Amino acid sequence: MPKTSSKTNPARELVFGDLWEFDPAPETADPKLKPRYDLFINGSFVPPRAGKYFATINPAHETKIADIALADASDVDAACIAAQKAFTSVWGKMPGKERGKYLYRIARLLQDHAREFAIAETLDGGKPIKESRDFDVPMAAAHFFYHAGWADKLEFLAPGKRIAPHGVVGQVIPWNFPLLMLAWKIAPALAAGNCVVLKPAETTSITALKFGEICQEAGLPNGVVNIVSGAGETGAAVIQHPLTTKVAFTGSTEVGKSIMRSLAGTDKKMTLELGGKAANIVFDDAPLDQAVEGIVNGIFFNQGHVCCAGSRLLVQESIADAVLAKLKRRITVLRVGDPMDKNTDLGAINSREQLAKITDLVQSGVAEGAEMHDNGCKLPAKGFFFRPTIFTKVSMSHRIAREEIFGPVLSILTFRTPEEAVEKANNTPYGLSAGVWTDKGSRILKMSTLLKAGVVWANTYNKFDPTSPFGGYKESGFGREGGKQGMLDYLRVV
Amino acid sequence: MPAAKAPTSLRRLFDEIGTVDQVGIEERVAKFTTRSLKKNSKVFGLRLAVSMVDLTTLEGKDTPGKVASLCQKALRPHDVGDIPPTAAVCVYPAMVKHARKHVGGTQVKIASVATAFPSGQAPLKTRLAEVHAAVKDGADEIDMVINRGAFLSGEFGRMQDEIAAVVEACGQATLKVILEVSELETYDNIRAASFLAMRVIRPGDFIKTSTGKTSSNATLGNNQVMLEAIRDHFLATGIPIAMKPAGGIRTAKQALHFLIAVKETLGDEWLNNRRYRFGASALLNDLVRQLEKERTGAYQAPWNFSEATEGY
Repeated sequence: MPKTSSKTNPARELVFGDLWEFDPAPETADPKLKPRYDLFINGSFVPPRAGKYFATINPAHETKIADIALADASDVDAACIAAQKAFTSVWGKMPGKERGKYLYRIARLLQDHAREFAIAETLDGGKPIKESRDFDVPMAAAHFFYHAGWADKLEFLAPGKRIAPHGVVGQVIPWNFPLLMLAWKIAPALAAGNCVVLKPAETTSITALKFGEICQEAGLPNGVVNIVSGAGETGAAVIQHPLTTKVAFTGSTEVGKSIMRSLAGTDKKMTLELGGKAANIVFDDAPLDQAVEGIVNGIFFNQGHVCCAGSRLLVQESIADAVLAKLKRRITVLRVGDPMDKNTDLGAINSREQLAKITDLVQSGVAEGAEMHDNGCKLPAKGFFFRPTIFTKVSMSHRIAREEIFGPVLSILTFRTPEEAVEKANNTPYGLSAGVWTDKGSRILKMSTLLKAGVVWANTYNKFDPTSPFGGYKESGFGREGGKQGMLDYLRVV
Repeated sequence: MPAAKAPTSLRRLFDEIGTVDQVGIEERVAKFTTRSLKKNSKVFGLRLAVSMVDLTTLEGKDTPGKVASLCQKALRPHDVGDIPPTAAVCVYPAMVKHARKHVGGTQVKIASVATAFPSGQAPLKTRLAEVHAAVKDGADEIDMVINRGAFLSGEFGRMQDEIAAVVEACGQATLKVILEVSELETYDNIRAASFLAMRVIRPGDFIKTSTGKTSSNATLGNNQVMLEAIRDHFLATGIPIAMKPAGGIRTAKQALHFLIAVKETLGDEWLNNRRYRFGASALLNDLVRQLEKERTGAYQAPWNFSEATEGY
């Protein structure tokens, strides 16, 4: 029974008990999955030449969903040849206005199949259905709509210069936003007139291969989009293939570095969007409740599997206690559990491997003397789950303050002056994003010039829009995705 | 010159209580609307909402007969099922004695608007006399309006003194302080006015969004600003203040969104009609309609639900 009287509650704390429990509210529509997914090459689904498949599992239940084709170098070769052929015979010659029509059609089809894609995304990746439904799928469609508009206006991207597509683009995407990252990559590439060979992440191939079905439904010419599923070796084959004149990668800094090494000496164009360890900076004049909301959104969105996650909270010392108290109270009402439940705020960690990595880093935080707080909620017996976790008493040299955790773990540091805040925020090898919370407009402008980060959010966090370029500084990569800058990365000056 | 002092004193108040970011708070409340309530949790929420309704009629054309009908509806919202009575009926002072004949001695309280509702533009003496009269006629609860003119011109002391005078005039009656949020306009102002009011009222007294007589009334946004003010005041002082959104809440779905905001902001201790109310009239029948749908498995025809109220 919940406590009901404030007399029994002398500490003046609020009671977030079980007086009004929510019943399960599962999303039950049919994601229309196949038991086995083949490679999408030259407009049709073909089995891998070596005949190998691997299982993809639901991280919330640890059950197998489907068999996914494993592409080897010969499959990648076939895909690249198909893409090259499509580029020279159809897509590269097609007027931009016509290419745009295909992109609009893809965008509308994604909207038509939105529910199906959202459920498939949640099944395969573990993210809460409300995020795949309200964020991933609509944003993916928005990227196709936006870039469709560019297709016949490319000449305005670089006035006075002549620009042309690269040809075949090799793309490798991560598992945190499978369909959305696919859209970020494919939409600008196609709008610019390139053809694509894309490798989805090993644990989340389903929506990418379902996207192949969308391409068929849209009547996209054969070979313009090719999807080759597999693991690291498949990705390396895509990136190193002689026909891919431009490569785009989103993923870990470690893999990004090895890609750069492998491409040294070639004239391939490259954009890399890598890791981050973003500082979310809260000044003492910030609207605290909304800042807390932004902190929560910054680190617990998609279980913290976000490269631009606000994983380091820098809070002004004078308000540190107040912010921590509000933050602790806020995370007690976060609901962790079945990703398919419409009320779930934090779903499953994407894989056993990632859960182990998060656990290891959290243990290092405790061992190094930081103080850990979590919301103490019950976790499902099966599946990969991790409680929303906050660390206080963190210093800049702790591993949890330096390494990307890629999980629902926040490290809180304090600062005294704006200069110290900038110093600490920039004291990282990464530079993808940052957040500033203050009521003072001039301070926002000043901070945004001093922070070495590709994106600086002011009084908000994790806001995305196809029109806004996204990308990093330093070890967070180079090149931009979205907006005019993102388009230019898929074109060359001739 | 009180007006000249205004910016400084409001600034000082914000330094103390903090400000509100409009975009941020509206994003927060949008999340309440994505919660999905099924089965028992839905029935629990709907019944709770019924028990929190201050069933209201505030019209120039109110008559003792209309009030009698309202009281019957409050006591027994539906002729079948076991739907609980509402928390109170809310009427003009002249109707209090009529309401008393029907709900006096029952669990349904009599709330009366007073203090020259809805504008408050009458001499303080007149406003207090109205409160005295309503209490004498048997009102259990008084819904007052704040002096928005005083607040907007920076005369916070005067605004608070007037509330304190009404507290005294209430005697045993519970007080609900209407901020009339649409006339305060900004979330910052709503937060400031909430604190000014909470500092002079008693534990268990209410702050309330609106009169229902202006163009915009209770929204999830201004409800949230006030819930967060109540939370911060409670954590700082231990004094629990109750909350009443009023006006514009017409559907069961809306009411559930407001209750989810309460659950996730103030917690279980505010999920009862001593700490949370809805000022509404049309809402009641939609709650009953949804409860009947849950009970019978089908929506019933509109003429199966008795109409005792209209408008608000």
